[in-house]
Amino acid sequence: MTTPTPFPTGPITTVSGTTVVVRGDDIDTDRIIPARFLKCVTFDALGPAAFADDRAELAASAAGPHPFDRPEHQGAAILLVNRNFGCGSSREHAPQALMRWGIRAVVGESFAEIFYGNCLALGIPCLVADHDTMLAIQQAAEADPAAAFQLDVAAAQLRAGEQQWPLDLAAGPRQMLATGQWDATGQLLANGEELEATAERLPYLRAFVATSR
Amino acid sequence: MADSDRRIAVSSGTLYDKVWDLHQVAQLPGGATQLFIGLHLIHEVTSPQAFAGLKDLGLSVRHPERTVATVDHIVPTTSQARPFADPLAEEMLATLEANCAEHGITLHGLGSGRQGIVHVIAPELGLTQPGMTVACGDSHTSTHGAFGAIAFGIGTSQVRDVLASQSLAMGKLKVRRIWVDGQLQSGVYAKDLVLHVIRTLGVKGGVGYAYEFAGPAIEALSMEERMTLCNMAIEGGARCGYVNPDSITFNYLQGRPFAPSGEAWQQAVAWWSSLASGADAVFDDEVRFDAAAIAPTITWGITPGQGIGVDETVPTLEQTEPDERPLAEEAYRYMDLQPGTPIAGTPVDVCFIGSCTNGRLSDLQAAAAVARGRHVAPGIKAFVVPGSEQVAAAAEAEGLDQVFREAGFEWREPGCSMCLAMNPDRLEGRQISASSSNRNFKGRQGSASGRTLLMSPAMVAAAAINGRVSDVRTLLNA
Repeated sequence: MTTPTPFPTGPITTVSGTTVVVRGDDIDTDRIIPARFLKCVTFDALGPAAFADDRAELAASAAGPHPFDRPEHQGAAILLVNRNFGCGSSREHAPQALMRWGIRAVVGESFAEIFYGNCLALGIPCLVADHDTMLAIQQAAEADPAAAFQLDVAAAQLRAGEQQWPLDLAAGPRQMLATGQWDATGQLLANGEELEATAERLPYLRAFVATSR
Repeated sequence: MADSDRRIAVSSGTLYDKVWDLHQVAQLPGGATQLFIGLHLIHEVTSPQAFAGLKDLGLSVRHPERTVATVDHIVPTTSQARPFADPLAEEMLATLEANCAEHGITLHGLGSGRQGIVHVIAPELGLTQPGMTVACGDSHTSTHGAFGAIAFGIGTSQVRDVLASQSLAMGKLKVRRIWVDGQLQSGVYAKDLVLHVIRTLGVKGGVGYAYEFAGPAIEALSMEERMTLCNMAIEGGARCGYVNPDSITFNYLQGRPFAPSGEAWQQAVAWWSSLASGADAVFDDEVRFDAAAIAPTITWGITPGQGIGVDETVPTLEQTEPDERPLAEEAYRYMDLQPGTPIAGTPVDVCFIGSCTNGRLSDLQAAAAVARGRHVAPGIKAFVVPGSEQVAAAAEAEGLDQVFREAGFEWREPGCSMCLAMNPDRLEGRQISASSSNRNFKGRQGSASGRTLLMSPAMVAAAAINGRVSDVRTLLNA
């Protein structure tokens, strides 16, 4: 496996690199990172465990190996998926594992809500394409695994050589990525007075706060 | 979010809108809303990296008194003596203990009398209340919506954000009302109802939505049944699900350790009552169901949406929507089930009663009613894991542990157990389980080739007694 590029920092407007296609709807976070790998107090060692059980299953089958184990996909930066990717458990270990394996952007037909937010919090854009466009992208990527793809996050567009495909990215995440404000902590802490004012008007924190402990 | 962003939410006057509005702190530069979190629940799996991140940023916990911890995912259910046999599990609990001590956070630990699955203990302690926003680094946080709270699972970076700021950057969801007429039949439970909803609307159907469960059948549900229902909203893709608070909610809460009391109780009930979706509430979508038409429901495949009535056959490809067929084919292969054959009669190896979905006292009572005076079939491993120390104590006080033991079930200590197999409880090889938990994903129960059939606790008990998938109604009526 090649050395992954540094983890995302700052504004994210483009992601370039080779691709890896993982086909199928409803690929859940238990499959992206099985629960036994969650027994850890840091995310550091998760990269090699991405899709561990799917990879083992495919390695032993005629259909194998799994795309993450194919030599041509080592070092891939853009993951190409289908519908409802990342459903199930809220474990951030899933995008952490993908990021540590080398993934820097995901393009798919749709994403589960929590997974999408977890990716955004790491600076990994998730862009959507309609069904036919996604199949065309996956076909193009599989036809030429060595091709460098350019994901223009700001324009919501994927390009490879002469080909280009329109994608969708909501205005909010697009702006957060473009401005480098995808990590929300700083923004949340900037509103100390507003936080206090909100707490003041919540009946359960002021009017009838329970004292028992 | 990806799908929901394509249409602007139009809901108004719903409980979701009221609670959302009240908790809005600010509009953030990126367009998200900063939402105040009233109750932050933490556990050993998704918090250590969040505390480490907090330390990296030189931050402290803003509201330790609004943060509550327990340990559930990694605890063994046979012996809970420290240190745990698994050094990784021991390190995770020790890390949680150290973080809670350092930041002044209450930890309901093993042996405290209050430990248990986070989504079981917060309600039973009265921590979860109507009108709150509740967040936890666990997708089944939707459970707390049963109280008319807006509750959702978050990732570890967001756990760090809530620790630091007691708030989150969120996008507003649309609201779909799931209206359920009629009454559930005898032998049909909230688990069957929610599996039926997910079977109908799909595992992606709720993406971008909060689910409001309403209607006569919902109003008739106990709080524990409502928790089962909301718990699995996330399995239908809805990040949160909720039920409007009513007298059943208030009766459940009154007298619990962290519930308001005295004069504050009257104030609380008045406010809680004002939160329910009004008659003039506008929903983004509505879907109607008839409770009386729902049979005991069971999954046959590898997503919670691949469910059927116990009296039905595994759907054929022809009976499957074209875009769901690849997943169905994958499920036939993985589950080794033949399309067109009845699900009833499918032999099982392991029977698990427990989890944040169905590990509460009424779940154990329903299963015990089936097990009482009967015995687990030969060769079947069957075990019961109470959802919390309080559930265990209450069950033991009425002798349920004895009922289960005499019927050949193991009676265990509280924890998440074989719902997700982060502890010694797991399937082996290609074993197939009848499970009262929430996910039948490939590998979910700890074996990469293990298979899971989701069903109600009473149905799990019936499967244990007969050694195969059975319609619990025939046992209840025997």
